[in-house]
Amino acid sequence: MTSDSIIQVRGLQKVYRTGDVPVRALRGIDLDVARGEFLAVIGPSGSGKSTLFHILGGLAAPTDGEVIVDGQNIRDLSDARRTELRQHKVGFVFQKYNLLPTLTALDNILIARYLARQNGPLSDDFKRILDLLGITKRLDHKPRALSGGEQQRVAIARALVNRPAIVLADEPTGNLDTENSTIVLELLRAINHDRGQTILMITHNPEAAAFADRVVAIRDGRIAVDNPG
Amino acid sequence: MINKLVFENLKHRWVRTVLTAVVIGVQVTLILTIVGLSKGMLQDSARRARGVGAQIWLKPEGSSSFTLASAQVNEKFVGFVSKQPHVDTALGVLIAQVFGFTSMAGVDYDKFVEMTGGVKYLAGGPLRQPDDIVVDQYYQKQNSIKVGQTLKILNHPWHVAGVIEEGKLSHLIVSLSRLQSLTGNTGRVTQIVVKVDNPANTQTAVDQLNTVLKGNLHAVSIDELTSLYNVNNLPPLKGFINVITALSIFVGFLVVFLSLYTAVIERTREIGVLKALGAKPVKILDILIRETILLAIFGCIIGILLSYAAKAVIMWYAPAFLQVVIVPDWWPIAAVIAIVGALLGAVYPGLKAARQDPIEALAYD
Ligand SMILES: Nc1ncnc2c1ncn2[C@@H]1O[C@H](COP(=O)(O)OP(=O)(O)O)[C@@H](O)[C@H]1O
Ligand SMILES: [Mg+2]
Repeated sequence: MTSDSIIQVRGLQKVYRTGDVPVRALRGIDLDVARGEFLAVIGPSGSGKSTLFHILGGLAAPTDGEVIVDGQNIRDLSDARRTELRQHKVGFVFQKYNLLPTLTALDNILIARYLARQNGPLSDDFKRILDLLGITKRLDHKPRALSGGEQQRVAIARALVNRPAIVLADEPTGNLDTENSTIVLELLRAINHDRGQTILMITHNPEAAAFADRVVAIRDGRIAVDNPG
Repeated sequence: MINKLVFENLKHRWVRTVLTAVVIGVQVTLILTIVGLSKGMLQDSARRARGVGAQIWLKPEGSSSFTLASAQVNEKFVGFVSKQPHVDTALGVLIAQVFGFTSMAGVDYDKFVEMTGGVKYLAGGPLRQPDDIVVDQYYQKQNSIKVGQTLKILNHPWHVAGVIEEGKLSHLIVSLSRLQSLTGNTGRVTQIVVKVDNPANTQTAVDQLNTVLKGNLHAVSIDELTSLYNVNNLPPLKGFINVITALSIFVGFLVVFLSLYTAVIERTREIGVLKALGAKPVKILDILIRETILLAIFGCIIGILLSYAAKAVIMWYAPAFLQVVIVPDWWPIAAVIAIVGALLGAVYPGLKAARQDPIEALAYD
């Protein structure tokens, strides 16, 4: 367990008891992620990748095991503290973009700031990110007026607006064509390089995984292959 | 920011928003119209009392009120009141409900004429026989009544003796003793109206009457009564308004419940996203409560506008019987009723949304 790890996971288990039969989604995950690393997570459907991300992002509580995110043990956190973790330390990017359909692109970004209780104008630094993402001119549009690629770039901007230390991207290119996928992946890599933000990305696509520094494979709730790229 | 989200959400499903607000609005209109109707009727009665030259109303002590039709005043007070200083004429009036808001007045006809200072007949003449009736021009016009015809009112055949000008005490005037025996109120009247020797002495006369009649009757100047009007002065209507209020709250509850419940289900994913972005459950509740209050406020605005329309319709439909006024002093009360109903309706959907697990919402990835 190295001290410059931003994420340390030991023996993580997660059991869902929502249905009649308990589902053991995670069965003992051990994982370290270095600060500033770009990590790809691959694995078949239902192997527990999203569950792992939800726990890392404080959206779900672990059933057993240790999860330390940026020095904080997730198990010790109250619901309110886990919410604060989501406000400040992690940013989510989803496969289905998940923009609020009634708000413009800009307001979708601003609401994340509002929920993190950040006021004032957007920083110049963040405006550079918007330029980098190529959405500066599209900010007044509602999501339905944007292409899938544009929507995902707005979602990335939303995930970055509070300068989180960690970005959790769950199949960010799953709904995009090759061209848009490449744009998004290059942007993620650029952000990782330029700003040192740690990025964890779930993907099914080996070409997408190749953009990362390291690839881990999950199978049946366990790390199957941890392959430093 | 949050207000923008609330506003955009309402705009996004504008048909649902408008329908919900209209239902709330109809409830608000109902309340405003009933209150406006009772106030209008009171003002109209006051106007018609002034029309015969009266300045003071005397009612039984305790029911400081304007009861529509109950006879609790002993007739012997009429003579007593007429002997008091500053009192020019005192007229005992028995009011009988005919139907709805229409009533007829039984009076000592000669005194009625004396108090009014002469009555102008548009057709026919004064009461002569016990079963004679005098109608005013409104009632005559509305029912196309001719002098000499028989009118069946309160299951009794009345002979139309004359048509008088509008604005004199009542639309229908009959003999006091006949109406007393017909309604089983022998020896009793509903109210006494008083004409003072000089309108400047009205307040003095009111004070004096209240001193000598203490424990029996209560005097109010007609001007004061109409300006001090509130619904509690109208016991028979108070119960009715309570029922309408309860109904409004219930309907507001139902419509907001349904509307918000669908909205919450429809927005499962969006609520999950807000939570993933760091919204606490109370923030989700906050958003829905704002949405609800905004809906209720839209409903109130619609309701207030509709109350003008309702007034126009009522005044056009039945000017002789119904008088409606707009009651701005009741706008805040109706708004509170609408908001309370709406907030009750928001409780369950709101808690459902606040408790919703964001992962399940996002699990469709
Ligand atoms: N909220 C939930 N309730 C119950 N079971 C769940 C829930 N989320 C995921 N699961 C189950 O947990 C397992 C892992 O799911 P998931 O983490 O979504 O895998 P992946 O993202 O790799 O496809 C699956 O069997 C899935 O059905
Ligand atoms: Mg998944």
